[in-house]
Amino acid sequence: MKEYVMGNGAIALGALAAGVNLVAGYPGTPSSEIIETVARYPHEGVHVEWSVNEKAALEVAVAAAYSGARALVTMKQMGLNVASDPLMSVAYVGVKGGLVIVSADDPGPISSQTEQDGRRYADFARIPVFDPSSPEEAFAMVQDAFEYSEKYNTPVLLRPTTRVCHAYASIVIPDQYAPKEFDGFEKDTGRWVIFPRLSHINHAKMEARNAEVGKDFSAYRFNTVEGAATGKHVKAVVTSGISYACVKECLKDQPAARGNSQADPVRLIRIATAFPFPEDFAVNALDGVDEVLCIEELSPYLEEQILKTAGRHGLKIKVRGKLDGTVPHNGEISTDLAAGILREAYGIQAGFDTVDTSDAPPLPVRPPVLCAGCSHRASFYAVKQAMKGRKAIFCGDIGCYTLGNAMPLDMVDTCLCMGAGITMAQGFAHTHDDRVCFGFVGDSTFFASGMTGVVNAVYNEADMILCVLDNSTTAMTGHQPHPGTGRNMMGNVVEKVDIAAVLKGIGVPDVAVIDPFDLDTAVATVREFADKKGVKAIVFKSPCIALSKPGAPYAVDSAKCINCRKCIREIGCPALVTSGDAVLIDPNLCTGCGLCASICPVEAIGGDVCE
Amino acid sequence: MNKDVMICGVGGQGTVLASKIIAAAAMEEGNCVHSAETIGMAQRGGSVTSHVRIGEEACSPLIPHGSAQLMLAFEPAEAVRNLCYMQQGGIIVVNTAATKPVTASLTGSGYDGTDMTAYLADKYNCIFVNADELCRPYGSTKFFNIMMLGIAAGSGALGIAKDTITGQIEKRIPARFADINKQAFLAGYAIGEREMTR
Repeated sequence: MKEYVMGNGAIALGALAAGVNLVAGYPGTPSSEIIETVARYPHEGVHVEWSVNEKAALEVAVAAAYSGARALVTMKQMGLNVASDPLMSVAYVGVKGGLVIVSADDPGPISSQTEQDGRRYADFARIPVFDPSSPEEAFAMVQDAFEYSEKYNTPVLLRPTTRVCHAYASIVIPDQYAPKEFDGFEKDTGRWVIFPRLSHINHAKMEARNAEVGKDFSAYRFNTVEGAATGKHVKAVVTSGISYACVKECLKDQPAARGNSQADPVRLIRIATAFPFPEDFAVNALDGVDEVLCIEELSPYLEEQILKTAGRHGLKIKVRGKLDGTVPHNGEISTDLAAGILREAYGIQAGFDTVDTSDAPPLPVRPPVLCAGCSHRASFYAVKQAMKGRKAIFCGDIGCYTLGNAMPLDMVDTCLCMGAGITMAQGFAHTHDDRVCFGFVGDSTFFASGMTGVVNAVYNEADMILCVLDNSTTAMTGHQPHPGTGRNMMGNVVEKVDIAAVLKGIGVPDVAVIDPFDLDTAVATVREFADKKGVKAIVFKSPCIALSKPGAPYAVDSAKCINCRKCIREIGCPALVTSGDAVLIDPNLCTGCGLCASICPVEAIGGDVCE
Repeated sequence: MNKDVMICGVGGQGTVLASKIIAAAAMEEGNCVHSAETIGMAQRGGSVTSHVRIGEEACSPLIPHGSAQLMLAFEPAEAVRNLCYMQQGGIIVVNTAATKPVTASLTGSGYDGTDMTAYLADKYNCIFVNADELCRPYGSTKFFNIMMLGIAAGSGALGIAKDTITGQIEKRIPARFADINKQAFLAGYAIGEREMTR
């Protein structure tokens, strides 16, 4: 059966084809569609879940792998930081059934906080890593990863990047696949219980095994050498992942390939298994090479391995890449960037003629904004109004509501990582007596890593206000369900975990649940809580507008409008536009939330027949 | 066939569906297809692009600069932003109706797309259409993405048969909207044909 799927879909289908028994993960761009795809395709006998966070997902999967089952865990690169605690330990303990962790890196970064490199995590944890350069390879590699995991009894990392995850390609999947049959967990305390002595012994075993895996990887099918260049004084490119695809795109039209000797031919070396480094393969591939250009994203990992290899084997090779400034440290490698690097370093005339746009008029900037009708806008606006004239610190968090930082709301003073809004509000409370400290957190983030922070704040007697922006979904990553939504990935309706009840259970004395579009109540509640001691919590509850049926659009009555522009200056809704001097509401965008109408000083905005 | 098609616009204009239909139709006609979309933060009111690469020669998922033969631009400034992807001698179908960024109403910048349209007319071979005018009979601009497909197919620049695309529209769009979308496609197709004979 041929399917046209996203790279993430290819990973999901590869795992199903490999007989995966359990799939768990936490949403995060660019990895979220893996679990969604597993859930969409036939998967009888496979347990699928969105876990509350990546650490929970990995621990669930580790148990499956101890039982001899095959388990897949998915997350974005920041999520691997959260899961690093079980990761570092399970690397020592090892597994029985295949355990494949997919952690999607995000060069750019396009939608992440950092440009960390998953290959370094593999090296740090001492586990093998696979680095696909296309959806087709991702499909094949996830299956290979399960084989290697079981062959060497180790967790294995699959590290795709955004452009692999979000690229579409045709994949041939088997018409029939079934989950693996497995023995089940067998008690063996010497194997499954990590103690210092076990770690001491296993550390040596892991390193011995990795030497073996490195040799095995030297024959791995996706570690390849291409290009006609042979003999002495060969110039080479070492690359991997999407950078490999880009370099290949550049070299396919190089003069040498067309029988023109204007430039020296180039040997293209692709290393798809960065750790354990396939040293034998590299030494062979570098035969006759006197210059290597390492083109890779995120960190100079391969470059450092080539330098080590050259040092150990006494190879006289000039190594260029990020470390000598030839390749930028940050950002993605595009075909155009690769063409420029190849032109500069090797004199290869790669790339196409482009249209000169240096004389183009200035382009409008389009920063991402909260949707028209988004309830977060109303929540932020209420807090902002309530705190007018008072000193306050607004700690943001990860999700759509990070966009509350944009003008004119300007309501995010800090954003660090999942859950940090709550604990940082606590930290500011201990260092600023004169300010009201707010922590904003979304519903999914609250379950992921917010709850422990609330316990910490209550226990340590912080004076702060927690604002849970509850839109009953994980919106930013594509509307995944979570414990508060009442449904799970097995398709079951389950008891909703009530955020207000959790907060009360923790011991937060003042918990209010309000509709953010009831502006007067919202502002009054914030004001009341700001004068109280201790931890106070407001759950701003209103469903995500992208999942609700929009109401009839509002309109501006031009006869009443005094053109004060308060609506535009204060709430920044994309449906509020200007035409000449007049303020208008774009009926294609307006969802009838009524926030602008509730702040208009002359009641010129209405939901009926205004013009 | 080897062809790179760039589709660009602003989040919410239906560029992703347009790219999916092109990819599916090109595959149905026996081509190897790769494509890529902007997903995530950029979706929310930001600039969006879809790269559709038809043919065996494509290596990277994104179109290299100077390589696209056809662009479907749902917004004039987005056409200019992505002009670097076009090769000489290609064709751009562009919607002249501008989408103002939120920042434009805030800062009072007068962006209305006219300078972009003028620049494009001077710089490149374009078919200019106005989504607001073309979609008036349909009562909503949400059919414009399918109309754009029609214009590109009718102009001959897409290189995919009319029936292949209408077949994909039937397959991918829920039955109750399929007819009106087909009408929009055929209306666009006629515009494309007319533009090419002019």
